[in-house]
Amino acid sequence: MTDTTVSGNVLEHEEKKSLNSREFGFWVYLMTDAIIFALLFATYVVLSKNSAAGPTSKDVFELSHTAGETALLLLSSLTFGIATIAMTAGQTLRVVQWLLVTLLLGLGFLAMELIEFHGMIAQGAGPQVSGFLSAFFTLIGTHGLHVAFGVIGICVMIGQVLVKGLSLPVRSRLFRLGLFWHFLDIVWIGIFSVVYLPGVM
Amino acid sequence: MNHTAERSLTTYLTGFVLAVILTAIPFALVWGGLLTGMAVYIVIAVAAILQVIVHLVFFLHIDLKSTPSENLFFLAFAAILICIMVGGSLWIMMDLHHRMT
Repeated sequence: MTDTTVSGNVLEHEEKKSLNSREFGFWVYLMTDAIIFALLFATYVVLSKNSAAGPTSKDVFELSHTAGETALLLLSSLTFGIATIAMTAGQTLRVVQWLLVTLLLGLGFLAMELIEFHGMIAQGAGPQVSGFLSAFFTLIGTHGLHVAFGVIGICVMIGQVLVKGLSLPVRSRLFRLGLFWHFLDIVWIGIFSVVYLPGVM
Repeated sequence: MNHTAERSLTTYLTGFVLAVILTAIPFALVWGGLLTGMAVYIVIAVAAILQVIVHLVFFLHIDLKSTPSENLFFLAFAAILICIMVGGSLWIMMDLHHRMT
């Protein structure tokens, strides 16, 4: 073994250590983000009946629309998982293909959410109308904003995979983006269980 | 977090199928109006908690052996904080609401 390979191994070891601590840091961020969402959920539950003689949840929620959004987000979690498997196998092109599918599903979700918001505001159920609607738009809007950042992240990672290949830092970033994406799907479980399903009953 | 941990297509597909089932049950109940009152809320809550666990295990690959203990510790810490803050807020607000009426 020559000196260069030894120093190469040391470098790689150090890089792995630094990437591991970044992954731990990202995990801490996700947990604190979960706490933010939990408090927005609590706010929503407290305010959900205060419709101030305006439209109630029964008037504005459409369960089939929610089911569509749920399907898109759940499918996108699966396709991101398949991209992760391709990454472990070192198949650059398949990673890009499945990330593109995930990107389209994410954009579809955002489009559905914007259509829902637009429809609600058009029928006079904007965020300024009542406590219920303020809490609704804050909670769903915060989740939607996260999905929008995730979509930007997917675009950036497609670029990085194509330009830099599946190097160690790129793998780590893609892995962290995957955690973020799956986390958003978990928050969505809370949203349809706390907001939409009880809202139409 | 461990990249090299075995993550096969079967893991993701199992998680996906379980998640679809656990989503379909509460949606079907509410859509069909099969149950009423408290029972529906209980089914929705149980299905949601189970689905969160399914996502954590099959998509985020949390398990008690290979996941670093500090990550598990933070997950448990966040879960306890969420229970205290959400549970506490709801308790106080419901109590106030009850006294106001």
